[in-house]
Amino acid sequence: MNYFGGIDVGAISTEAVIIDEGDEISGYSIVETGANSTDAADEAFGKALLAAGIHRDAVSFIGATGYGRVSVPLANKTVTEISCHALGAKYLFPDIGTVIDIGGQDSKVICVGDSGKVLDFTMNDKCAAGTGRFLEVMASKLRVSLEEMGGLSLHAKAEAHISSVCTVFAESEVVSLVAKNHPKEEIIKGLSRAITNRVSGMVKAVGVYGEVTMSGGVAKNRGVVTLMEEQLGKPIRVYTEPQIVGALGAALFARRQSRAVK
Amino acid sequence: MGKKRRLRKESASLGPPLTSNRSLKELMATHYLLSRYAQGAMPVAWVTSGAPVEILRPFDFYTFYPENHGALCGAQKMGPELCAEAEEHGYHQDLCSYARIDLGHYFSGKTPVGRLPKPDLLFAANNICQTVVYWYKALAEYWKIPLILFDTPYNFGEISEVDISYMVRQLEEMIPLLEQISKIRFRYKRFRKIVGIAREASLTWGEVLSTMKARPSPMTIFDAFIHLAPIVSLRGLPAALEHYQGLLAELKDRVAQGVGAIKNERWRLMWDNIAIWYKMRDFSNLFAERGMNFVTATYTNAWTETIGYLDETKPFESMAKAYSLVILNNNLDHRLQLMERLIQEFQVDGLVIHSARSCKPYSVGQYDLRRLITERLQIPTVVIEADITDSRAYSEEQAMVRLEAFFETLEG
Repeated sequence: MNYFGGIDVGAISTEAVIIDEGDEISGYSIVETGANSTDAADEAFGKALLAAGIHRDAVSFIGATGYGRVSVPLANKTVTEISCHALGAKYLFPDIGTVIDIGGQDSKVICVGDSGKVLDFTMNDKCAAGTGRFLEVMASKLRVSLEEMGGLSLHAKAEAHISSVCTVFAESEVVSLVAKNHPKEEIIKGLSRAITNRVSGMVKAVGVYGEVTMSGGVAKNRGVVTLMEEQLGKPIRVYTEPQIVGALGAALFARRQSRAVK
Repeated sequence: MGKKRRLRKESASLGPPLTSNRSLKELMATHYLLSRYAQGAMPVAWVTSGAPVEILRPFDFYTFYPENHGALCGAQKMGPELCAEAEEHGYHQDLCSYARIDLGHYFSGKTPVGRLPKPDLLFAANNICQTVVYWYKALAEYWKIPLILFDTPYNFGEISEVDISYMVRQLEEMIPLLEQISKIRFRYKRFRKIVGIAREASLTWGEVLSTMKARPSPMTIFDAFIHLAPIVSLRGLPAALEHYQGLLAELKDRVAQGVGAIKNERWRLMWDNIAIWYKMRDFSNLFAERGMNFVTATYTNAWTETIGYLDETKPFESMAKAYSLVILNNNLDHRLQLMERLIQEFQVDGLVIHSARSCKPYSVGQYDLRRLITERLQIPTVVIEADITDSRAYSEEQAMVRLEAFFETLEG
């Protein structure tokens, strides 16, 4: 049996996915990127092999994506995360036309065609507004974990108003809300609103086509997903492990490429 | 030994360089060199790129273009340094970087061309933006010199007779003032001749750009960005016309022989907005290596689009029309139609849009234009956010990710 690998080296985390000849996921892993992209890629790939229970030699072709894609000596091919998220999401949800990916360093909205091809996309501008980093900074300010944030937001009775989407300015707004003893849940809901406002603006720029899916680490945050559903007036599909969609796309590209090579 | 070796290698994907590059370099170097002797010998005017400079020519003004100088500073990667000088004096980072470079030069005297001639007159037209009005007002205040402002009503749909007469009246009112500053009498006949030369140079520039309709295109837009300098800053002078006649002959020759600007032209692209001056060489190589050639741009087209309206038999009226209908003073519908026409005429496969932090009038509406063009013409498009000269507003990593995704879409 032949296997194919995909590695997505992102700003905060690195994911690896192994698929088999039938495009089924055999194993995956998520590790922190840390200071060295190559090490992170090696570690993630090693752990994914372990999860799949296969040897390195069984993997015939590897695709790399993400900001660190050029620092993956293991890879046979590099593809941008835009194309990978499109292909990965289309594989998981064949009827989707719109992918919202909110990663650590950037957020993007991709319009996907029938074959998983990118028809149009937009990304956030040169700032952390509307990205995972925004939530990460706020989580640390509020002393909650990223995982807790979604649940807390859903349990908020009201919503604090955060007017700025700039990470630095929003942080100082949070400081003043904390100083006024504003409930944590309400601040978190306000922050989730700020991020969804920012990203839904990008969605509107591209337009909503077909069903919508969210990928990337922020898709694990139910609070953000729920607000986004409200904002778009549409249900959003989220894969059980939304962080690996990019790596899955890279693995699917690797499989296609290996067919082309033969 | 290695001293003479060129530090930056040209990409192997590029075709032979244009021989006209040499004459352009000479022409512009002479122009800048002349500036050192101009001061005191002839009246000096600093002029905005969209100003009706023909009206200055009969008075023998030496004309200097701060925007052209800004582009030069950008290409020499001096943008951030000069911008920072202006910022230290309180000018905001959001202000156009051409303005900041120019004001930065005022405060520090820094320039890659040695020394700039001190102006006797400032001449601005608000057909390209409102920023020039305040920028030139600041210069007028610092130098205590007169500023002539040519006010061009924005064209929302149709240009009216009232608009034309308003602009003609302004041009007429300038004449006594220009006579006073230059101490030269206005000669109508000479003025008409200058308008004729400007028109011919602009039309020749249009023909130069049209040669890029050929497959393969004999020139890239990066060449055109450089060869734009004479039509911007030497318009109305015979030297600019002569330069374009030479360039046109060379390009026609290339087309006849099938010589392309890049070796393997597989995809033809359009550029929107001003160049990213400090990335010219990198981008030229980046696209050429993928067999992608920029064959048209709204920016280079701007100096042939309306100046052809110039008519020496009615110089004032025709100038009013030519200068008020420029792309940045015209409505977005017009821009959409223009872009669609260029895409079709130049057989464009993809569109790269530069959202320039400096140039608000050029960058506003780009997302809507992009959406409409994608829908109507079904071609891939990409927006990259950068600045014309201030590289601090450019993120290489983010731009490259967008461009690579664009390449993947284009190549299917």
